[in-house]
Amino acid sequence: MSAIPVNENELHAYVDGALTAARRAEVEAHLATHADDAARVAAWSTQKQALRALCNPVLEEPLPERLLAAAAPAAGRRGGFLSRWSLERIAATLFVAVLGGVAGWLGHARYQPAPLAVQTVPLPRQAAVAHVVFSPDVRRPVEVRAEQEDQLVTWLSKRLGTPVRPPRLGALGYELIGGRLLPGNSGPVAQFMYHDASGQRLTLYVSTENATHRDTAFRFAQEGPVNVFYWVDGTFGYALSAGIPKGELAKVATAVYDQLENKPDNPNPDRK
Amino acid sequence: MDSHALLAELPRLRRYARALVGDRAGADDLVQDTLERAWLRAGQWRPGSDLRAWLFGIMHNLRIDQLRRSGPVQLSLDEEEHDVATRATQGDALEVMALDRALAGLPEEQRAVLLLVAVEEMSYADIAVALGIPVGTVMSRLSRGRERLRQALEGRGAATPLRVVI
Repeated sequence: MSAIPVNENELHAYVDGALTAARRAEVEAHLATHADDAARVAAWSTQKQALRALCNPVLEEPLPERLLAAAAPAAGRRGGFLSRWSLERIAATLFVAVLGGVAGWLGHARYQPAPLAVQTVPLPRQAAVAHVVFSPDVRRPVEVRAEQEDQLVTWLSKRLGTPVRPPRLGALGYELIGGRLLPGNSGPVAQFMYHDASGQRLTLYVSTENATHRDTAFRFAQEGPVNVFYWVDGTFGYALSAGIPKGELAKVATAVYDQLENKPDNPNPDRK
Repeated sequence: MDSHALLAELPRLRRYARALVGDRAGADDLVQDTLERAWLRAGQWRPGSDLRAWLFGIMHNLRIDQLRRSGPVQLSLDEEEHDVATRATQGDALEVMALDRALAGLPEEQRAVLLLVAVEEMSYADIAVALGIPVGTVMSRLSRGRERLRQALEGRGAATPLRVVI
């Protein structure tokens, strides 16, 4: 028999295996002579097993994508730049736009010509979304950093199926941070990120999905706080995004355009 | 804090949130908010301390805020909503439903403690830290929760006659 009386908390601690071995033996002795307590302890233990059986199947479920993404130190989270709801809204907008594109394509195939191009996400919008998602990221703004520029160029060129190379913007005060691969309307697109000495970031979005488009001059778009200059050159669509004044961005866009036009491996330098 | 450690805790966070909140989408929202806040406050986590207890504490605070706001229920666009609910597959389905209902019928503060003790197997002291309450309060909530659940299930005459193996 126990010298010290057993209290209610100790009965719980007994069920939960939180007693020392010595005290545990004393509680067992107590239970042997107190049927009411023994019945409660038995019921609690049964309950505990049943609760685990009830809840454990969740452990076997595949983890939802959104939680996997939230567990990774990724986009927009660290600076609190975008809330979950605004990201979801952007995602929903893109999703609806893609659905619209698919529906348009199906309609086109079966019934009538559909305005497919209108229903895909416009280039400046894609670029601005990619900019606001990745540029605030402190820890991992890019997938491959500028230190491995050769690898970056090889990798992105391979995935896009055509040579791509980040322009040099050092003369304008912007250094390459690196780049990443992103999903576009129908395939991969590339994003290069730059920053200046003050940490101001700028992204160049390069798409190769514009087979049906004709070349365009510079165009300007404003997506919330992000200014975007974009243009189409053959199959390439370029968009330069940053939260800087339009005039300053225009200077950078001009430099990018000039470099891309004069690139030595331009397959068709006479095209204009 | 690194993402691998966080990923490793994800299934348990979901398990607890599901039982606490009840519905899948709402529970996953709570887990997602927890992960996001954990990253925002990563600087406050002391390496070497118990990551799980820290995360459960964050989740608890978010849940309290949520209940306080207690605004209109947000409908979530969860594509998995229509999946078959995966709950216990063994044992009498009616038993499980009765337990599920009895658990849902507990006041949330009792349910939280009961789940942390029985399912998460956290120590009373860790639970007190995670929930920001004295250990004595943990014990009284545990006691009330266990007794309420026992009475609810015995009231139906449905207690499973399992042998106690401790």
